[in-house]
Amino acid sequence: MSDGMVSKLKSALQNFGHRLIDQFWRLGSASRLFGYTLASSGESLRRPFLVIREIYFTGVLSLIIILVSAFFVGMVLALQGYNTLQKYGSSEAIGVLVALSLVRELGPVVTALLFAGRAGTAITAEIGLMKATEQLSAMEMMAVSPIARVIAPRFWGGVISMPLLASLFSMVGILGGYLVAVPLIGVDGGAFWSQMQASVDFREDVMNGFIKSCVFGVACTMIALFEGYDAPPTAEGVSRATTRTVVNSSLAVLGLDFVMTSFMIS
Amino acid sequence: MTDNIVEIDNLSFGYKGRLLHKGINMSFPRGKIVAIMGGSGSGKTTILRLIGGQLKPVKGEVRVGDKVVHEQGRNDLQKLRRKMGMLFQMGALFTDLSVYENVAFPMREHTSLPETMIRDLVMMKLNAVGLRGARDLMATELSGGMARRVALARAVALDPEIIMYDEPFAGLDPISMGVICNLIRNLNDALGATSLVVTHDVKEAFSFVDYVYFIADGVVVAEGTPAELRESTLPFVHQFVHGEVDGPVPFHYAAPDYRRDMLRGHDV
Repeated sequence: MSDGMVSKLKSALQNFGHRLIDQFWRLGSASRLFGYTLASSGESLRRPFLVIREIYFTGVLSLIIILVSAFFVGMVLALQGYNTLQKYGSSEAIGVLVALSLVRELGPVVTALLFAGRAGTAITAEIGLMKATEQLSAMEMMAVSPIARVIAPRFWGGVISMPLLASLFSMVGILGGYLVAVPLIGVDGGAFWSQMQASVDFREDVMNGFIKSCVFGVACTMIALFEGYDAPPTAEGVSRATTRTVVNSSLAVLGLDFVMTSFMIS
Repeated sequence: MTDNIVEIDNLSFGYKGRLLHKGINMSFPRGKIVAIMGGSGSGKTTILRLIGGQLKPVKGEVRVGDKVVHEQGRNDLQKLRRKMGMLFQMGALFTDLSVYENVAFPMREHTSLPETMIRDLVMMKLNAVGLRGARDLMATELSGGMARRVALARAVALDPEIIMYDEPFAGLDPISMGVICNLIRNLNDALGATSLVVTHDVKEAFSFVDYVYFIADGVVVAEGTPAELRESTLPFVHQFVHGEVDGPVPFHYAAPDYRRDMLRGHDV
């Protein structure tokens, strides 16, 4: 092996090592921020208007994109499901298929992905810009903890909003599925609702979906907050942080979904 | 009790192994306005952050009153910061709040005063900086000079003992500069506070401060009253005070020999 190749290999290994150590540092910083956020939550929750304001910004303002997406997802599910089910003569089970797909998987997962894109990026950009314009430093110098005043209310706003948005997603998705399956395709309405009622279990399906959306709420909101809080205080730094929020949140949601589904099914 | 409200003793601070300050000593007497001057990147703002406890020194200590700042726990540090007010370079106003709410912010966070009293106090602070009429404007609707004045009203909202100003004149027109100079002097005297002004604007600073520290290369290179420093024969102070292009602070950033650098391109 030539000297040039050895030096290139050494530099590649060093680069890899630096990146790996950097990722561990970031993971440590994120865990520390999570700990501080939980520790400061009492202070924020004692002033509920701060959390309600954040529920409005992250939850209410995300409603349109969530509801419109849910409607289309429900309609597509009904179309695709009917296409397959009719081959086996069980097109009446379309209600069960739509409801289970939405309540167990698509509701929490798609809501979390949309949440990361809509609310997560807004949180990251807002916190990043507050840092870049020294608003967080100013707060600190006023003896006001930015974690208690800025981070914790946004965290709880996101965590409370996510399961509510996921529930609405599932409901509107089922409505979309109904509109395609019953009035459009002609599936029996009674069969659609009764089979759904008989097959969807509250504890097994609805509660599991609810647990997933709560976990996704914690993950997506915390990633968005950390990326904003950790962003270099420059235009480029905030822009990169915003991108990382979407990428990391999406990967975290899909990874956590697999892990939780494995436990829930077994 | 000491006459100095803030004392910096043999302070060293740096990032990633590179020392920015190498054994700095400074003292800030009660009731005075003291300027910290030096070129860009000389670590002037860092000194304010060390006093505020946002950074920890590598060596030495910063004392506020009789307390060593970096030895304070979280709660004690918060108590110490309540004695301080800081005006940030660009104001650092909360952009989602109005002028009124920005000034009311520290009062709402640290007191349980009734709303009518908060209103009276906010109006008094805004009147002192001449912006009572702008109370309903959003922070984003203000000019640079107005934002700096609102930030000043917010910094003195709780009548601090120490007021720190980070580059209060940066980017301001001459009229706004004059207004800010007067406000710093008047507020300091009215509140009986001590002011620390970080700046590199010699003309403005020398017109109203009581004492000046010059820092360069991580150390205090000169100190004295504005009158003493105007007469100083120290090369750095002379260059800085008279705004000379070249001197101890070179015009050129460290670079290889010019001729050799130019010829290198022709060797390729």
